[in-house]
Amino acid sequence: MEMLLSGNEALARGVYEYGGEFASAYPGTPSTEILQTIAQFFKDEIYAEWAINEKVALEVAVGASYGGARAIAAMKHVGVNVAADPLMSLTYTGVGAGLILVSADDPSLHSSQNEQDNRCYGKFASIPVLEPSDSQEAKDFVGAAFEISERFDTPVMLRVTTRISHSKGIVTIGERSTAERGGFERNIEKYVMVPAHAIKRHKLVIERLENLKEFAEQTPLNRIEWNDREVGIVTGSIAYQHAREALPGASILKLGLGYPLPMKKIADFASKVGRLFVVEELEPFYEEQIAAAGITVEGKKFFSNFLELDVDRVRDGFIEAGVLEPAAKAPTSAAEPEQVLPRPPVLCPGCPHRGMLVSLRNAKVLTTGDIGCYTLGALPPLSQIDTCLCMGASIGHTFGIEKAGKTGKPVVALIGDSTFLHSGITALASAVYNRTRSTYIIVDNRITAMTGGQDHPGTARTLMGEKTHAIDLVRLVKALGVEHVRVVDPYDLEETSAALREEIERDAPSVIITNRPCMLFPKKIAQAPYAVDAAVCTACGACFRVGCPSISASSETNEKGRPKAQIDASTCTGCTICAQVCPADAIGPAAAE
Amino acid sequence: MRNGVTNVLIVGVGGQGVILASEMLSAVALRSGLDVKKSEVHGMSQRGGVVTSHVRFGGKVHSPLIPSGEADVILGFELAESLRWVHQLAEGGKIIANSQRLVPPITATGKFSYPGDVIERIRARAPQAKIIDAIGIATELGNPRLVNTILLGVLSKSLDLDEKIWLEVVEKMAPKGTGEINRKAFLEGRSR
Ligand SMILES: Cc1ncc(C[n+]2csc(CCOP(=O)(O)OP(=O)(O)O)c2C)c(N)n1
Repeated sequence: MEMLLSGNEALARGVYEYGGEFASAYPGTPSTEILQTIAQFFKDEIYAEWAINEKVALEVAVGASYGGARAIAAMKHVGVNVAADPLMSLTYTGVGAGLILVSADDPSLHSSQNEQDNRCYGKFASIPVLEPSDSQEAKDFVGAAFEISERFDTPVMLRVTTRISHSKGIVTIGERSTAERGGFERNIEKYVMVPAHAIKRHKLVIERLENLKEFAEQTPLNRIEWNDREVGIVTGSIAYQHAREALPGASILKLGLGYPLPMKKIADFASKVGRLFVVEELEPFYEEQIAAAGITVEGKKFFSNFLELDVDRVRDGFIEAGVLEPAAKAPTSAAEPEQVLPRPPVLCPGCPHRGMLVSLRNAKVLTTGDIGCYTLGALPPLSQIDTCLCMGASIGHTFGIEKAGKTGKPVVALIGDSTFLHSGITALASAVYNRTRSTYIIVDNRITAMTGGQDHPGTARTLMGEKTHAIDLVRLVKALGVEHVRVVDPYDLEETSAALREEIERDAPSVIITNRPCMLFPKKIAQAPYAVDAAVCTACGACFRVGCPSISASSETNEKGRPKAQIDASTCTGCTICAQVCPADAIGPAAAE
Repeated sequence: MRNGVTNVLIVGVGGQGVILASEMLSAVALRSGLDVKKSEVHGMSQRGGVVTSHVRFGGKVHSPLIPSGEADVILGFELAESLRWVHQLAEGGKIIANSQRLVPPITATGKFSYPGDVIERIRARAPQAKIIDAIGIATELGNPRLVNTILLGVLSKSLDLDEKIWLEVVEKMAPKGTGEINRKAFLEGRSR
């Protein structure tokens, strides 16, 4: 049977077909749907969970693998940074049953804070990296990865990119097959990484890499498509598809195993083609290794390491390299785009973060921010987030600025519930231990909203749909040593502002926690909409500055020609923030029809 | 159409149904025995941002992305979005634009305004642009939710795919109990 599946769906299907029994992840675009698909379709066969962060996700998957279950840990590229500590020694211990680390990279930063190339982790950790180029391969490579993992006693990175994860293609569906495996087998020298053992294991890792290089020469994962021999292209992942289309006549060495490289095969291929090119996204990962092996190769000179590639960029590269005629482009391909107003993402109507962001703006404080929907508060008209580096960083930033002592303006940290649990707890404990006096705000909307509404240890639900314990943030924060903890309603600007004023002035650490749920997840919430009384509206623009998508300029104007406001009743949720900021009292509940 | 591949670019604003429409078009192509790839970037789309979906089908499709200037058909769910992408149209390509206007909140900053001459500017680029009042048609049919299916009906006229398969997919993917009205909406769109 054939189905149209996204790379993420196909990968989940692969875990099912190839006998996977365990999957752990922390959500992050573009990886999130892998676990969601497993939980939706295969939860009778595969245990699936949201871990509190990526380090824990990898550690539990390692435990499952040691314990005899084929396991995956899935995360976005930056998640691997969080999981890097276990990864770098996991490569020494090796695995029990097959273990896959799925890294979903995001060239072009569609929804990320950077565009790091995680193939580099493969080389860094001396582990094999598989790079599917479409949905079918995303599924098939799961099987290959489990096999390689077990055969060479190594974790395997399955590295996808946004274009693989979020593109759909035709996939042939197969049956699930499983093998009997025992549980954890004691082996202290293998599994206990104290120096005396780790030294021996490192030696094995070096040998393993040599064996993997031999394997790379033989495996059909790396294949040559012979065509015209004037140009030869070494490529993999999505870049393969673009290259096939941009230069259909060229010979291609398509790498499914992106690390370690089959250097003999590449040398042989190079010797049979006129010019050898590498077409790869982001880092010159293949190119540098090929060049270091003494093979003449061209690559990043024509195919940038900046942003994702596409057919045009590959075509342009080959035009620049003199391989293609400029006429290879579509006649209209250089057409200038029209200038059209931008449409940046915005906080939803009724988003509970808005009330806190507006209150922070009124309080005239600096705000170290974190990663989540509230980061959108950095954009105009709110413009109230002053830093955003990585998950959990807001707390350390505020404390560092406090201790640096040069900023002369209050600084507060703003962090979401999921992010606080992910990596904020340790930072807050550290700040309290080191005698902070600052205010830390947790905007607790009881969900991981930015990535599409996933549960976490504060929501009382698991990914498998079971009820579970919910962490009590107030008690948690008190246990860290924060005495002054208050819960505020972010829809009440007066209450929220008063809490901010008092806690910022206080010469002791404090935490403010908001208590309104997300408007979208787990279910849409909307109360009766509000409306603007045009006769009363003075067109002062105060409501425009809360940045609500339900509020727009109406065709009515004041005497100076400034537009009055109107509210779209079909999207307004009745949160009342705009009514609270309106100095003219022009906004109130819409009259029922 | 280049190398036997038809390229359809579907554009709009998060929440308008762009992804579902491209899902249905892809299902029709799959059922027609063609190779098909579809690509879009989700993530920020739920937050009122720009959404584009690339659907490519034919003999053998490699890249999931339509090269610039090679969209055979553009289906725009929103006027400013149709204008934003019209330059991607291939020579002889067609654009179908829903007449809905969604004014983004950024206009409230006063730095940007919604283009008043948006239809004229689309027409200046693509004189035969088809502007469809899908909301009006849906309201006539008694359900504003039918916009999606109506636009697919209009789109189907520009593509060489079997009407019977379209109808099967429309009925199969419509919410329970709405098969018949969606069928009607599709045929209404197809007749425009
Ligand atoms: C290390 C890492 N993992 C995952 C992500 C993806 N991500 C972005 S924001 C976010 C969490 C958002 O949840 P929360 O802090 O509760 O804020 P909300 O979006 O609900 O307002 C996640 C998981 C990331 N950016 N970095």
